[in-house]
Amino acid sequence: MTTLPHHDKKDNKTAAAEGLGLSPELLDLLAKFQEIEVEDFQMDVSEMELFFTPGIAGQMPTLKLPSALKAKPTAMLQAAFVPPVETYPDKIAEVKLGGTRSEGGTRGRSIVIGGETSPAFYTFERPIVHSPIVTLDVFDMEVPLSKAVKMHVKDVIGDPAAWAKLAVEKFGADMVTVHLISIDPLLKDATPKDAVKTVEEILQAVDVPLVIGGCGDPVKDADVFAEITETFKGERFLISSLTRDMNIDRCAKFVKQNGHAALSFTPMDLNLARELNRRLYDYLGKEDIVMDLTTAALGYGLDYAFTNMERARMAGLMGDVELAHPMSSGTTNAWAAREAWLKMSPEWEPRELRGPLWEVTTALTLLLAGVDLFMMMHPAAVKTLKEVTKNLVKGGKVDTAKFADWVSVKA
Amino acid sequence: MSKKAGIKELSPIDVYKLLPKTNCKECGQENCMAFATKIVNREITLDSCKPILKKENEKSYLKLKDMLKPAVKEVIVGVGEKAKKLGGKLVMYRHEFTYFNPTALTIDVTDEMPEQEIVSRIKRTENFSFEYIGYTLKLDMIAIRCTSGDAEKFKAVVKKVSEITNLPYILCTLNAAIAEAGLMAAPKANPLLYAANSENWKDMAELATMYHCPLVVSAPNDLNLLVSMVKTLTAYGVTDLVLDPGTFMNEGLGTTLNNFTMLRRAACKGGEELAGYPLIGVPMIAWVGKGEAADEIIKWKEAYLASMLVVRYADILVMHGNDGWALLPTAVLRQNIYTDPRKPVAVAPGLKVFGTPDENSPVLFTSNFALTYYTVASDIESNKINAYLIVVETEGSAIDSGVAGRKLTAERVADAIKASGVEDKVKHRKLIIPGKASRISGEIEELSGWKVQVGPRDSSEIPKYLIDKWQP
Repeated sequence: MTTLPHHDKKDNKTAAAEGLGLSPELLDLLAKFQEIEVEDFQMDVSEMELFFTPGIAGQMPTLKLPSALKAKPTAMLQAAFVPPVETYPDKIAEVKLGGTRSEGGTRGRSIVIGGETSPAFYTFERPIVHSPIVTLDVFDMEVPLSKAVKMHVKDVIGDPAAWAKLAVEKFGADMVTVHLISIDPLLKDATPKDAVKTVEEILQAVDVPLVIGGCGDPVKDADVFAEITETFKGERFLISSLTRDMNIDRCAKFVKQNGHAALSFTPMDLNLARELNRRLYDYLGKEDIVMDLTTAALGYGLDYAFTNMERARMAGLMGDVELAHPMSSGTTNAWAAREAWLKMSPEWEPRELRGPLWEVTTALTLLLAGVDLFMMMHPAAVKTLKEVTKNLVKGGKVDTAKFADWVSVKA
Repeated sequence: MSKKAGIKELSPIDVYKLLPKTNCKECGQENCMAFATKIVNREITLDSCKPILKKENEKSYLKLKDMLKPAVKEVIVGVGEKAKKLGGKLVMYRHEFTYFNPTALTIDVTDEMPEQEIVSRIKRTENFSFEYIGYTLKLDMIAIRCTSGDAEKFKAVVKKVSEITNLPYILCTLNAAIAEAGLMAAPKANPLLYAANSENWKDMAELATMYHCPLVVSAPNDLNLLVSMVKTLTAYGVTDLVLDPGTFMNEGLGTTLNNFTMLRRAACKGGEELAGYPLIGVPMIAWVGKGEAADEIIKWKEAYLASMLVVRYADILVMHGNDGWALLPTAVLRQNIYTDPRKPVAVAPGLKVFGTPDENSPVLFTSNFALTYYTVASDIESNKINAYLIVVETEGSAIDSGVAGRKLTAERVADAIKASGVEDKVKHRKLIIPGKASRISGEIEELSGWKVQVGPRDSSEIPKYLIDKWQP
């Protein structure tokens, strides 16, 4: 990935959020920012094929029914609602991330994602198998960050191990993504050995499973991933990511031989996703592949991302094995939308709230399409996503009596 | 349960068979087959066919109407230009066809708010407007809630609201006597009546029949009761219904999504007519039992709940918070989810002219990815800049991904400059390129012979950039 900083040179000290009087829990996490970090994403929608069912026309003015001569009912007529429960021929693969000591790694626990047997949160059909999870971004060098994020991590920038600790202990990250930006030949061109050292430090600092992120250079990433997968055999990292322009044979081989999992990344085209997965199958099993179908921001192609993922999940359940993989989303891409970070006219302010809400909205939309692993950025967005997910997985009693109160509540 | 034939795929032939086959072209189409194709693609309405409206074709007309009936009934609220269509959905998943009638976003007022507050909330709702890639995002309706329990008070406020706005509204009270007072205040306004429940249904049905207005059927988390009431009310003669399965927060969120999903699936996939009505969601439930929580927290919750319900089949949403920061993500999401998935995401490459440029006007370029193009175009347009914009073929890629994926190359930029004919229109040879394409600036200069100026990374800064940096 690359960083795309949006600079706003004005340093306005009066953080609008400070004056909002918000409860510390969530609002501590919402604050003013000036620069934002955006994951590179490729949107190749021109190639995207859209299936539609030709032929169901409608939306016509309703016909006046001939007035019924029947007597009006005096008592409630009974009808039963039959829950439309379906079964699906296939299920989504389960992928385990993080290797514990008994498995040759050092992680405190492993996390399994995927395994769905129904579309996202159709809990009227079947309970959730594994809860979707969140991995937080940690960078191995100083990068331009949104001020809203920066204020939460300013003490740990340049110290990835401390940063990872903060992400896990304070922000509740299930996993940590180590972005090895410094290996970029156009930046620091750090060596594979340097990268190994960074990863080693993070492994020491936290015991959650890790995602290992490259810099986006297909050749350099492969070299670094080779070194890391071999050095940390048994840690069961998620290698982020394997793309079509990499030497797939080489990469898939070292991922498999050292017991890791691969993130298969394609630019918003299900046929390309199938194709890349097929190439990976020569070396990797279904249980070794998570797919990233590309996340576009709310307002900037989220509809394509949503439909693409919804279709992929449905296809996977219906027996298309090449798409029956857990899905990952680079939700941080939400910040690519200018409405997430731009100072706008007063009726849309404060952006300190609008920005993280943009990320949450992007995340929740894709949660409902079936995403299993969210790569996220803003602590408040993370907190909300985790809360919602927990509620959806756990379920609970519904207060029907309280609902009617909305009509008369004096809000 | 009453069933109708499942939504089957309709072919133009099925429609054609029932048309008069006069090839009269009165509908504006070349022939009846072309008309039939437009009909199944929902690009024209059946009533554009004049011959079929004749008495002798009535049978075919009714048959066609039935064939074309959406799985979710279309219900109209309000009158005149601002009247709002709810529902009318043909499919459950947007990739199956496309969604029609975007979720109506409704903001509440109460009969106990000071008049000034009512007026300002309504004005704010009416004035909500956001320009987004060629669309104007708006709010749609007002919910008038009776919190006073006083029929006269409610009536006065409904009257006031109907006088100051043309927006359709919902009358919210479970008390039929109060509802009637509200209806009497503006008898022809065709409001949505909220709501019939297991206790008041008969009185509400009478009102809906008398005032010919649509009625919400409310059965919180009781779908058996909900469909029973639909069966009862339709037998009663109330045909324009909206379903309220309840909206629940926190640990009830899963139940909420389940109920909405089950109802929509039963309607679209199961042909269950009793479920085939628009669904109402109430994100403002976030305000009930708010306690000590900060308003911003409640608004935040209300906003994300609204967005989740836009995705999960709500046809109308009632909200209390009216802050722009909270409403904007939901409004944009609604626009996204309701775009036609068949719509191309690329615009035609070529030269676009803004304002009245002359031989000294700036020349810029952008990609042909629709979202990029419309964003840049709107920034140029809204600032009344005179300029030439060259749209380069990038196969629908944005600037940064186009450069990375070699879809936006210096060759393509150079070719686009040549093909655009801009060299005959300006006497300078300076090209302003997107900041995100700075990597290929050298190559562009080499191949095109134009001098390159690297512009801002975001097009919102184009106006300022031109003031500071543009010299022909």
